[in-house]
Amino acid sequence: MTSEVLLEGKELIKYFPHGSKGIFGKPDGFVQAVDGVNIILRKGQTLGIVGESGCGKSTLARVLTRLIDPTSGSIFLEGQDITKVNGKELQVLRRDIQMIFQDPYSSLNPRHSVGEIIATPMRIQKILPKGSEKLRVQELMELVGLNPEHYNRYPHEFSGGQRQRIGIARALALNPKVIVADEPVSALDVSIQAQILNLLEQLQHDLGLSYVFIAHDLSVVRHIADEVAVMYLGKVVELARPDALYSAPSHPYSKALLSAVPSATPRSSHMHSRIVLQGDVPSPINPPNGCRFAARCWKAKDSCIAQEPSLQSHGEIPDENVGLVACHFPEISN
Amino acid sequence: MNNVRLLSVENLNVEFSTSDGVVHAVNDVSFSVHSGKTLGIVGESGSGKSVTASSILKLNTGITASTSGSILFNGKNILGVDDKAIRAIRGSEIAMIFQDPLSALNPYYTIGSQIIEAYKVHHKGVKKKEARKIALEMLHRVGIPNPEARIDEYPHQFSGGMRQRIVIATALINSPKLLIADEPTTALDVTVQAQILDLMKDIQRENGMAIILITHDLGVVAETCDDVAVMYGGRIVEKASVQELFVTPTHPYSFGLLGAVRSLDNSARGELQTIAGSPPSLLNLPSGCSFLPRCSYADASRQQCASFVPPLQNVLPTNSLSACHLRAEALNVLKIKEPS
Repeated sequence: MTSEVLLEGKELIKYFPHGSKGIFGKPDGFVQAVDGVNIILRKGQTLGIVGESGCGKSTLARVLTRLIDPTSGSIFLEGQDITKVNGKELQVLRRDIQMIFQDPYSSLNPRHSVGEIIATPMRIQKILPKGSEKLRVQELMELVGLNPEHYNRYPHEFSGGQRQRIGIARALALNPKVIVADEPVSALDVSIQAQILNLLEQLQHDLGLSYVFIAHDLSVVRHIADEVAVMYLGKVVELARPDALYSAPSHPYSKALLSAVPSATPRSSHMHSRIVLQGDVPSPINPPNGCRFAARCWKAKDSCIAQEPSLQSHGEIPDENVGLVACHFPEISN
Repeated sequence: MNNVRLLSVENLNVEFSTSDGVVHAVNDVSFSVHSGKTLGIVGESGSGKSVTASSILKLNTGITASTSGSILFNGKNILGVDDKAIRAIRGSEIAMIFQDPLSALNPYYTIGSQIIEAYKVHHKGVKKKEARKIALEMLHRVGIPNPEARIDEYPHQFSGGMRQRIVIATALINSPKLLIADEPTTALDVTVQAQILDLMKDIQRENGMAIILITHDLGVVAETCDDVAVMYGGRIVEKASVQELFVTPTHPYSFGLLGAVRSLDNSARGELQTIAGSPPSLLNLPSGCSFLPRCSYADASRQQCASFVPPLQNVLPTNSLSACHLRAEALNVLKIKEPS
């Protein structure tokens, strides 16, 4: 973990107003989508963010890419504060941070040819590639494993996996430093998922990219990430390296989440150790006081409701392999 | 009650005529389901698994669809009965739950009225009060907290997991003998998925119904099914017990699918095992084995593979059936290691 910090989010908070009366009325409350998240992405590495629907992982991605402004907190790219960057400067910034989206069907304009789709970022940024635009596009298509001769075809002529490759080529067009991938493989079949993950790893290796990789599928993140943040109700509850997290999760929620994933090994010993959580995730409009997981936690005591645990190292000696956990009574690994 | 052959599907073919040509969605599919057991149908998108399931309820009607073969349910050929008779079976003897619980529920009606409607359709002349009582019991059974207060609420007032519980309650209100679940947990989070799968298993243990579970998730199959049919290009390519499929898969496609999932489960970083290429178009299936273009084992017997479709047959000295021209030795079936 010696490589330098590339992208950093400090105390990021994003609240969405909820349920106002009339157009100018005051909102009744706020959806606390992201609530005090600190996150660091290092150069050439992959930061995985996992969590269930509504935990704020996509909002966090959109705040980090400056697609939406945080309510408070700040974002740094290579040490520079980019939280308040606007106008022209913001447009230049967009070259450095690109995004890959979940649905390869709705993220490509059906009326544009593949060539136009991939060239659009270069046209908007008025970057003329060496040689012609067409050459650069075909080079990108080859890079992501598409046939460059298909330059003039339209998205409907491609399969789901190929479309996701088009989305990746578009994200690469401006030579970004960071790629934020929001559930890039969850709409694809298993055999195709593996192809796309291999491609992303290959590109990271060849081009020195850094990824923020968001997924609800824990095994996908385990494979690709150098560090994993587990989110629950707008907060990071555990931050650890994947081997440590998956073999010995510290936060009870991480433990329950991991145990709920069905394993492709029939009726093995892990069956009886499955933890089935009771109830639902509470509403992010009025999240519970103290630890947000306390109501569903089998270890919760009064102190969990009285005081919110902070994200900290729970080992006796701070050790980067142990990771951070936001829990008063973390699982102790041996 | 257990081990009665409840449903047997023989040589089912379903075709749809479209402006682009005839889509051969299901080709020569045969399987049977026993009471108290769960059959998993796995496959990727477009493999024909949902069409197979909806044929059992005779839902693929209309002028563009043509179905042939036989579907025997409790000795009755479903494909032969008229509309009135099939309506008596739908929702009472055979029930179905779908992937997306929000679109399965009508947003304009309370959940109570939707469950009661399902009951009254098959119990003509039942008193309103009694139907409501039965609906309340069912809601309680599927784990809706405080059903008396929530029965008069609308679908949007429930979470995704709770909505799927309501859909299950509606499906089970007439105590069906067969439940067809088409990707019942795909739209749900993993922790909720675990709750819903547990619930389905519990109810099956209680009333001994048979379940056909359609899914693309091999993990779900491993944890809930007794037998599995793997579909590819509209055909069943492997039929086995769960144990057999996961320990000794005999079809190259099952092999590749398991490999892709297992290498994800493994902690080691490095290249993931993939299946090259993409699934075939159902508009023009290859004349031989439809997996041939993606198969990495077919070199020696390519001629045979390309010329005719392999029948489902015994490959190993087990009960599993595989539609592959290659013999067990050629497939090197022992290559899959248990994940450590």
